[in-house]
Amino acid sequence: MVIKNNLKSKSVYGPGPGEQLIERHTLSVLVDNEPGVLARVIGLFSGRGYNIESLTVAEVSKKLNQSRMTIVTIGTPAVIDQIRHQLERLVPVHKVSDLTEQGPHVERELALIKVVGTGEKRIEAMRIADIFRARVVDSTVESFIFEVTGSPDKVDAFIELMIPLGMVNISRTGSAAISRGKEKM
Amino acid sequence: MTTAALNTKAKEKAEKATPKEFKKMAGAEMVIQALIEQGVDTIFGYPGGAVLPIYDALFKQKKIKHILCRHEQGAAHAAEGYARSTGKIGCILVTSGPGATNAVTGLTDALLDSIPLVCITGQVPTFLIGNDAFQEADTTGITRPCTKHNYLVKNVDDLPNIMHEAFHVAGTGRPGPIVIDLPKDIQFAEGNYIPKAQAITHMYQPQTEPDMERIEAAVDLIANAKKPIFYTGGGVINAGPQASKNLTEFVKTTGYPITSTLMGLGAFPAHDEQWLGMLGMHGTYEANWAMHDCDVMICIGARFDDRVTGDTKKFSPHSKKIHIDIDPSSINKNIQVDLPIIGDAGKAIEAMMKVWKKKGYKTNHEELNKWWSQIDEWRAVNCLAYKNSDTIIKPQYALERLRHHLSKQKQDVFITTEVGQHQMWAAQFLPFDKPNRWMTSGGLGTMGYGLPAAIGTQLGNPDGLVIDVAGEASILMNIQEMSTAVQYNLPVKIFILNNQWMGMVRQWQELLHGERYSQSYTESLPDFVKLAEAYGGIGLRATTPAELDDVIEKMLKTDKVTIVDVNVCQSENCFPMIPSGKAHNEMILAADAEQFDKKLV
Repeated sequence: MVIKNNLKSKSVYGPGPGEQLIERHTLSVLVDNEPGVLARVIGLFSGRGYNIESLTVAEVSKKLNQSRMTIVTIGTPAVIDQIRHQLERLVPVHKVSDLTEQGPHVERELALIKVVGTGEKRIEAMRIADIFRARVVDSTVESFIFEVTGSPDKVDAFIELMIPLGMVNISRTGSAAISRGKEKM
Repeated sequence: MTTAALNTKAKEKAEKATPKEFKKMAGAEMVIQALIEQGVDTIFGYPGGAVLPIYDALFKQKKIKHILCRHEQGAAHAAEGYARSTGKIGCILVTSGPGATNAVTGLTDALLDSIPLVCITGQVPTFLIGNDAFQEADTTGITRPCTKHNYLVKNVDDLPNIMHEAFHVAGTGRPGPIVIDLPKDIQFAEGNYIPKAQAITHMYQPQTEPDMERIEAAVDLIANAKKPIFYTGGGVINAGPQASKNLTEFVKTTGYPITSTLMGLGAFPAHDEQWLGMLGMHGTYEANWAMHDCDVMICIGARFDDRVTGDTKKFSPHSKKIHIDIDPSSINKNIQVDLPIIGDAGKAIEAMMKVWKKKGYKTNHEELNKWWSQIDEWRAVNCLAYKNSDTIIKPQYALERLRHHLSKQKQDVFITTEVGQHQMWAAQFLPFDKPNRWMTSGGLGTMGYGLPAAIGTQLGNPDGLVIDVAGEASILMNIQEMSTAVQYNLPVKIFILNNQWMGMVRQWQELLHGERYSQSYTESLPDFVKLAEAYGGIGLRATTPAELDDVIEKMLKTDKVTIVDVNVCQSENCFPMIPSGKAHNEMILAADAEQFDKKLV
């Protein structure tokens, strides 16, 4: 992705950065599970003008009182590098891994999708759900709730197909990710 | 589970975890106890409803001196001045709500200049938090982006650990301000005090030891440089006086030129011939050209700020850059460097010195002499020259006279400044030979910083001569601290370069905004002599160059806070100047200013 910035600015203070190459990275952040830690991370992103595409967080160790955040962000390689270092600067942050940088990793997301309809559309929705291995977790005579898991791309594709079939609501978790192989993150 | 039940559970847990011999005391007493254990002797503050228990505990002891400032911002800057001039951690105690919000500017200032502070703010009782109680503010929310870290204490048993951890975090790695928000009920509650030695502060341990392989690579690069330059910053000052000594030794050994940021002045003696003066927007011609043309740049404890680099695309295009910084996020933030080294500036300089000696490196004098003769050509431009006058005081002349009189002083001289033209002139014209003698708001550029900082500096250095070089606009921002200086008999000198304009704003409006002087002239100013007297200090005035020497001499002899109102030329601009967005080799000098195209906008 390329973003064009301020190229036409005539300010005497000089133009901002010109064309920039934007990348998408998935960061895994191990933090202390304490009040305000999420606000610190989000405040860092908004305060420094970074982007959050998706963010998930939950406790991963009761014993150590630690949570893991998975943050999907976009920016130039230099900005992504800054984000990692700025996150590491926060006192309750223990470790930041740039999974995209480190190599192969698995990224999964869960979505709940409510589809309302009867007749042929209802049958078509079921058929497509079957192809995507989406499960029906609730049903009435006029509606389904599907649970679909997979890469964000797969979830996007499924949602795209459900729109004309009567989709009324979506709730997505955002990505959870982990590196492949035996290495610890 | 109710909150009360949760608290009891936490208490039980704490009792189990901490041996019985730990002393029981109230939260407010723990604060004092922890401050004493952390070696705090002076605390700056302002009382209020939500900190009364701590003020009560302060009243009952004699080890910590409390300095009552007249505004919480003043207290914060005073603590900064104290911290910068002594190398200790500055301490502030303010109340909830407005007390905390008033301190925010000082905290942000300390964050941007990496000054270690611990600020204790009172808070409404835990059971009222979130109720929009009287003088309630979301202090941890407000201060999250302007502190290195902050805490809201919800359980008295957490308090001792948080206090000790706050000091550890404030002073470790890249220093910064810490806020501890302390609800009133926690100040009253009894708990077990944990002494410093037993406190758990191990979680925050940033890297300070430099990677030796990189140090060796750096020294190799340095030794083989043909056109080298040292570019140092506040990190060297923060690393302690020994770091400055080592830097001086290393620079003298190599014979290389050195420049420094505004924050780094004093780390290398300004009287030395290898010193090129400050660099950056109002830096010297020789320093900026040397930065632009160098082949190896040795950046130590500086962060390539936009006021230093100018246009980053044209910044020092042909150099290999070594960057030593304690904060990994400073690396490659503004400028891509070739050899980054994470670590404490002092440790890195010492390591480089050792490698240089051990491997028997020698300076290439032939190449270096060529480089120096080039630098001498730039020096010959005499970029700080100005047109003097017999009838009106030029601000540069006033500072030259001040420098002259200070050179005869036996006392240790400390300079603080406000922000604007006078600040840049002070950086250009006053010589700094030792670290921790120069207190100025660099990163945030806080007008009103200088007077309270001078107060903090004087308290930390009772025998020192402390001068606040000020502008008439800046000084009015925290003028109330005159009262503090009088109360504690602090003979701070305030040297106002009074041109009736917000000088730097006026200069930019003249050069970059078509001479449209929007709101930069102050039509009504107090009589500063009478103002000083009204506060109980001494007021002096100089209106002609002939009066100047006499007035400065008088000022240096006073034993009370003294304002010197120096009426200077209104139209004088500060040069050299790199206009924003321009490169180091595009700076304009006083002589060029006439030709400067003011119709750019």
